[in-house]
Amino acid sequence: MRFQDEYRDPVAAAKLQTAIARVATRPWTIMEVCGGQTHTIVKYGIDELLPPQVELVHGPGCPVCVTPLELIDKAIAIAGRPEVIFCSFGDMLRVPGSQSDLFSTKASGGDIRVVYSPLDCLKIAEQNPHRVVVFFAVGFETTAPANAMAVAQAKKRNLNNFAVLVSHVIVPPAMTAILSSPNNRVQGFLGAGHVCAVMGYEEYIPIAEEFQIPIVVTGFEPLDLLEGIYECICMLEQNRIGVGNQYSRAVRREGSPLAIQLIHDVFEVGDRKWRGIGTIPNSGYRLAPAYEQFDAEQRFDVAQFAVQESELCISGQILQGIKKPHQCQAFCKTCTPEHPLGATMVSSEGACAAYYNYGRLRHPMAVGSETYQIHRRDRIGNVTLD
Amino acid sequence: MSNVIDFGRMSCPLPLGERDRVLLGHGSGGKMSAELIQNTFLPAWDNPVLSALEDQATLDLSSWVRQNGNQTPRLAFTTDSFVVQPLFFPGGDIGKLAVHGTVNDLAVGGAIPQFLSAAFILEEGLLIDDLRRIVASMRAACADAGIMLVTGDTKVVNRGKGDQIFITTSGIGWVPAGRTLSIHHARPGDRILISGTIGDHGVTIMSQREGIEFETVLKSDCAPLNGLTEAMLEACPQIRCMRDPTRGGVSSSLNELATASKVGIKLQESRLPIRREVRGACEMLGLDPLYVANEGKLIAVVPAEATDKVLDAMRRHPYGKDAAEIGTVVADHPDMVVLKSVIGGERVVTMLAGEQLPRIC
Repeated sequence: MRFQDEYRDPVAAAKLQTAIARVATRPWTIMEVCGGQTHTIVKYGIDELLPPQVELVHGPGCPVCVTPLELIDKAIAIAGRPEVIFCSFGDMLRVPGSQSDLFSTKASGGDIRVVYSPLDCLKIAEQNPHRVVVFFAVGFETTAPANAMAVAQAKKRNLNNFAVLVSHVIVPPAMTAILSSPNNRVQGFLGAGHVCAVMGYEEYIPIAEEFQIPIVVTGFEPLDLLEGIYECICMLEQNRIGVGNQYSRAVRREGSPLAIQLIHDVFEVGDRKWRGIGTIPNSGYRLAPAYEQFDAEQRFDVAQFAVQESELCISGQILQGIKKPHQCQAFCKTCTPEHPLGATMVSSEGACAAYYNYGRLRHPMAVGSETYQIHRRDRIGNVTLD
Repeated sequence: MSNVIDFGRMSCPLPLGERDRVLLGHGSGGKMSAELIQNTFLPAWDNPVLSALEDQATLDLSSWVRQNGNQTPRLAFTTDSFVVQPLFFPGGDIGKLAVHGTVNDLAVGGAIPQFLSAAFILEEGLLIDDLRRIVASMRAACADAGIMLVTGDTKVVNRGKGDQIFITTSGIGWVPAGRTLSIHHARPGDRILISGTIGDHGVTIMSQREGIEFETVLKSDCAPLNGLTEAMLEACPQIRCMRDPTRGGVSSSLNELATASKVGIKLQESRLPIRREVRGACEMLGLDPLYVANEGKLIAVVPAEATDKVLDAMRRHPYGKDAAEIGTVVADHPDMVVLKSVIGGERVVTMLAGEQLPRIC
């Protein structure tokens, strides 16, 4: 397929693999920020192609993973109301809240629909004037323009039966939080290509300078990842600080000014809780006052929901690259992909889920057994086992 | 003002003998039920067993015994329910699917499909014309597969209590002496073959469903595989096992196989036959073709030395022309399917946990 096969070429991949092994003279820990990149790494086994001194750490860029527990509970409370048609991207339906998930709400009679675009919800709202259509507006800066567009359009069309449950998060504050942690291990970042296609990469320059690290804006195909890793290691080896752009076919320095304008019209920046990590200042979007009428939390009075995460789950430390999945006492015991306790086991691209599967391949007897011992240094999924 | 009466616009107030929609009365067991059977079902399946209208089909097995060297043959018996929406889709409809689905479940066990039953649950309000189209399609599908529909049933449920039409079919076939295909028989060294491109049916259905405004030129691969399986078994009677990767796709079939035979399976991503349109649709929707349903494909596990012979036989058959060898059975990592990606890395292909869901990013 054009514009795709070119970026999955095995010959070019082998060349990049050799080049990475050649330039990496020391151990380096690189974090890819975005869940889409993690997905490619897991799907194509890219981490296995890297020399042992290069370690990839999965970042907090999976919107499914970082959506806080109470927001899922709010979604479930709203979706269970008889007047509501609750619309969501598909992969949010499986995410467990504190008691239940949206799939179970659907089975109990909730009208829950999977949509591919928030704009589809406006059509549903117009077709169902006596019901309230609520869209679960989740994601990073990538999904923000389309979600902003839906809200702006709803206002223009006077659609009073449309609302959004907003859980938008922003990448740069999360990177700053990770780098500021006393336990930080991350030495370089692969920047999230699609986020930067919207926002540009100027806002990453101060982060690179403050923390003296390289950040390479990277795409999502296997060759993009390999090339991004190569560039990042070159910068690390040469002690170069700053922002590189591997994904120049999609990302411009200034991003997409129209999309940015739309986001700023509809949303304003505010504090946001990240599942497993906690509240990060100025790390999310909420509706701007001019669009408050579309805020589902106010409309359905669920703003006060508060929930405690499982005390056993250490996904916050895993999302920051501080701990490894097998260091969690719940891993493979009370926490599995079928019954996840926390963020990183929920999504297939979460670190624990990836580790669970790869652990099965490398150590078939280990998973689930009490004698889960790792005797050799080995890279599994996203982590290094000692 | 005209005093001329327009007779062409008038209609008789007496009820019509035939309805254009299914009514609750069609399931009453009374006159309306009989009418539905007489006018809709019987004309489609004109065979002496069904037309006898007994409470049961009485089957004569003597010809099988003769063909089986005067020994009583083993019977294969299977059942499946069909609930697809939309009812009509490019490449097929629920009726064709209901016949071929059961035919294929028999065929991949090495059985020769013979008799079929069909039970219909109709929702009040279903268009009789739609029902006729479905029945006509089932008739053509039966003829195509060489199977005889010998018994059936119809029920009608209140509007809102069904999804237009549900069909359950059961099938009986006989297994010629010496055939012992089983999911437990895969051995290290065996090769994994697939009869053609994967994901066609699932992506076709998804592209047709309401809410996904995504058009493709794809058709469902819905087809009877009993001709293909016979050709393959003729080429190599030692085929270990065959499966039709319907719901859950290729990954579920192979995982079940790995578990049952206590072996590992190594797949080569670069060898998977996938249409460009399916790849494109899956990329856009965030789906993996390995988990998407097929309705006219089979996976076969064959001894390594017979690979070329079986592949040749498959490729000569219209439903196997894109057949390919996609992997190997290994002794390593038992119970696991591992895929070598196009760029050389490996990953575990797990069973689908729930429904395959489009990803946000």
